Amino acid sequence: MNETISASRRDFLVKTAALTGGLALGVFDPALAGAGGTPAELTAWVLVQADDQVIIRVARSELGQGSFTGLAMLVAEELECDWSQVRAEYADVNEHVRRNRVFGSMSTGGSRGIRESQEYLRRAGAAAREMLLSAAATGWGVPVAECAAAGGQVFHRTSGRSARFGELAAAAAKLEVPKSPRLKEPAQWTLLGTSPARLDIADKTTGRQIYAADVRLPGMLHASIAQCPVFGGKLKAVDDSAARTLRGVRKVVQGEDWVAVVADNWWRANQAVKQLRITWDAGDNGAVSSESIREFLRTGLTEAKVPVARRDGDAAAALGGAAKVLEAEYYAPYVNHATMEPQTATALVTGDRVEVWVGTQNGETTIAAAAEAAAIPLEQVHVHKMHAGGAFGRRGPHQEFTKQAVWIAQSLPGTPVRLQWSREEDMQQGRYRPVALVRLRGGLDAQGNWVAWEVRQADHSVLALVRPTDIKNGIDPVAVRSFQDNPYAVPNFTNEYAMRNTHVPPGFWRAVAHTHNPVFRESFIDELAHAAGRDPYEFRRPLLAGKKDLGVLDAVAKAVGWGTPAPRGVHRGIAVVDSYGSFTAAAVEIAVTEGSVIEVRRVIVALDPGHIVHRDAVKAQIEGGVLWGLGSAMNEEITIKDGRVEQSNFSDYPLLRLAQAPGVIEAIIMPTGGFWGGVGEPPIGAVVPALCNALFAATGKRVRSLPLKNHGFRYA
Amino acid sequence: MATSLTVNGKAVTVDVEPEMPLLWVLRDELGLTGTKYGCGIAQCGACTVHLDGEATRSCVLPIGAVEGRSVTTIEGLSADGNHAVQKAWVALQVPQCGYCQSGMIMAAASLLKANPKPAKQDMDAALTNLCRCGTYARVRDAVRLAAGTN
Ligand code: FES
Ligand code: FES
Repeated sequence: MNETISASRRDFLVKTAALTGGLALGVFDPALAGAGGTPAELTAWVLVQADDQVIIRVARSELGQGSFTGLAMLVAEELECDWSQVRAEYADVNEHVRRNRVFGSMSTGGSRGIRESQEYLRRAGAAAREMLLSAAATGWGVPVAECAAAGGQVFHRTSGRSARFGELAAAAAKLEVPKSPRLKEPAQWTLLGTSPARLDIADKTTGRQIYAADVRLPGMLHASIAQCPVFGGKLKAVDDSAARTLRGVRKVVQGEDWVAVVADNWWRANQAVKQLRITWDAGDNGAVSSESIREFLRTGLTEAKVPVARRDGDAAAALGGAAKVLEAEYYAPYVNHATMEPQTATALVTGDRVEVWVGTQNGETTIAAAAEAAAIPLEQVHVHKMHAGGAFGRRGPHQEFTKQAVWIAQSLPGTPVRLQWSREEDMQQGRYRPVALVRLRGGLDAQGNWVAWEVRQADHSVLALVRPTDIKNGIDPVAVRSFQDNPYAVPNFTNEYAMRNTHVPPGFWRAVAHTHNPVFRESFIDELAHAAGRDPYEFRRPLLAGKKDLGVLDAVAKAVGWGTPAPRGVHRGIAVVDSYGSFTAAAVEIAVTEGSVIEVRRVIVALDPGHIVHRDAVKAQIEGGVLWGLGSAMNEEITIKDGRVEQSNFSDYPLLRLAQAPGVIEAIIMPTGGFWGGVGEPPIGAVVPALCNALFAATGKRVRSLPLKNHGFRYA
Repeated sequence: MATSLTVNGKAVTVDVEPEMPLLWVLRDELGLTGTKYGCGIAQCGACTVHLDGEATRSCVLPIGAVEGRSVTTIEGLSADGNHAVQKAWVALQVPQCGYCQSGMIMAAASLLKANPKPAKQDMDAALTNLCRCGTYARVRDAVRLAAGTN
């Protein structure tokens, strides 16, 4: 079976190479490794070839965040190989299934890639190193304690003899994998914390990187799809007579709630989709609108008793006795991932075997989805993981594109079919960051101390759709993040949660609840500080005493010059948020002209993720996170009318452009050690509230609902 | 209907509908997948190529309008990824997911050809490509590096 995979993979590479003028392509498959012969597997993660090339397997996915490089670095640090001899490749998902999930979790979301793999990957590297040491010591007939590994070689200290990893690999592979290899102390790291060139970057500057959208196989056909625009609706009837007459059209395939056209060219397939006359059965949701959803959320605020996520002291009583009480309602809309590469999957069904090529955040969910669609065992499915053209939570638990590709390919046995959603489908068939309506009440005592806090959330639970068993006592533990787990030492606090699920499918959108809850929380704290007549930074400080949040807050305050006058016409905002195991704070400087045109001059983000692996990739995630926050805060909103999404493309769902990006983004990377936090999502949380707080400082307007464009603001 | 054009220095004839956008001729007829589809309506720039040397969004350019003209794609920008813009992109590690970067690089190369020392406003006006990963800060720095104005 392996042979067949390699053959089709080789065909694909060869064909693509021919068409791109003989450019070399990234090779992931050990069978194609070329020189060096069959690599010796030391541990499941480490293979060494006779020519010293080290192959490090990566089980999580490269989505642009640098995991492919970072995960390999964790292994290489302990292995003591020469980094220039390392090649990373994806762990094969089928092999994973057959080897009893040997590669652990393949999930790449929740900023978990590094922090939840780091220990077993470092151990894998250390174990392989010890095996190479033992092999050398045995070969030389010397005690292993006299040997050391460095730079891809093992040395015998007393005699000065040395052997290359490639020479030792075959013997080392026969040894038992040590159970508790010795790990280095962080102070001994030489690779971790540095910034070697990322393994995926060069090919991304030449067009050589093959994404799922670029898969080309012999005889392959292309498909475009139309899905029921009202979520939960069904296909009633389709008249495909016009579509079928178009040039290149091979087949029209129907599903429960979709119709796809297969053609010899994607444009032709998509033109034909536009010619389909489809009658949908909208079901029960054809009248739902953004307004009706907001009213539905409001019932979550008015309901007398809802589940309580956390209770400290007695907030109601403390509010009753407070000198000053503030109440505010905040709102955030549905938003879409809008990955630059629309959802895409290629499938080939031959007999009882299925092969899929997908940019996925989780090889295991992809293999499960393909197996389910084809109704065959996992062992008969082969997944080719492609680097994703952006993911941000869209390509994880939701694998409907994978299933659709398999269903379409089933109707054309032996022919690979590449399904690519049009941008319009991608915009209207998202798995959206949920709407949220939150009421906050805060009480100050006569001295302006914050003594009481009540938070009532009404929102749409993502977990109810993707992991319903994680919901306990009516609480979605992800949805309450940044309230339920907030670091502020307020003696009387209640966090209530009213789940209000609509028919719009929700999804994890980069930073998930930390995209909006921190905006509500940190804006409201700004409101409290102003009501107390206190500086918003100083107001927060004593409430964070002893917390790591304080370190990052102080860092951005110092960097922005908080407490000293800002340049003329410039206004500042500040916020602090911990998420995904890391601590972040942001300070933003803006200038506002004509009362509504915002120029973001400077954004400073401090991040304490405990330890860092690839410093420059961390910096890149901060830069990207800042722009993700700024763009979404201003412009992004998915609205619903007649049960369907109103937006259809970047024309009505505008993303941030280069001209609007701030002139300065300062990343303060301050790992304090002793823990492993995430990096991909944490930088976002504090940016938007810091912006909103700066906006208040500049204009006196407190924005309590996103996006800002609905309040007449725009970026310069 | 056949259309003849030059792609990356080679003469090519394709027999497709004249209204088929150049993007799909490149990707699905010629197998040049470096040029990407992002929106199909000239909004995102993922499909940017050079048409007679100038940055052009190929998703809205009917192949019929390309008869006799010369197209350069990311695959043909340089022999070995050694165009000044590509080198700057690698030096500053610009790409994240990379999906937008073929178009971004083609737009930047065209800008620098027309304006070897672009000011910030020139970049703002010429580089309107969308990048969802948020690489704009590095794109600016890399253009400055390629221009020698860093
Ligand atoms: S695909 Fe052409 S501009 Fe977006
Ligand atoms: S690098 Fe991902 S869209 Fe630009």
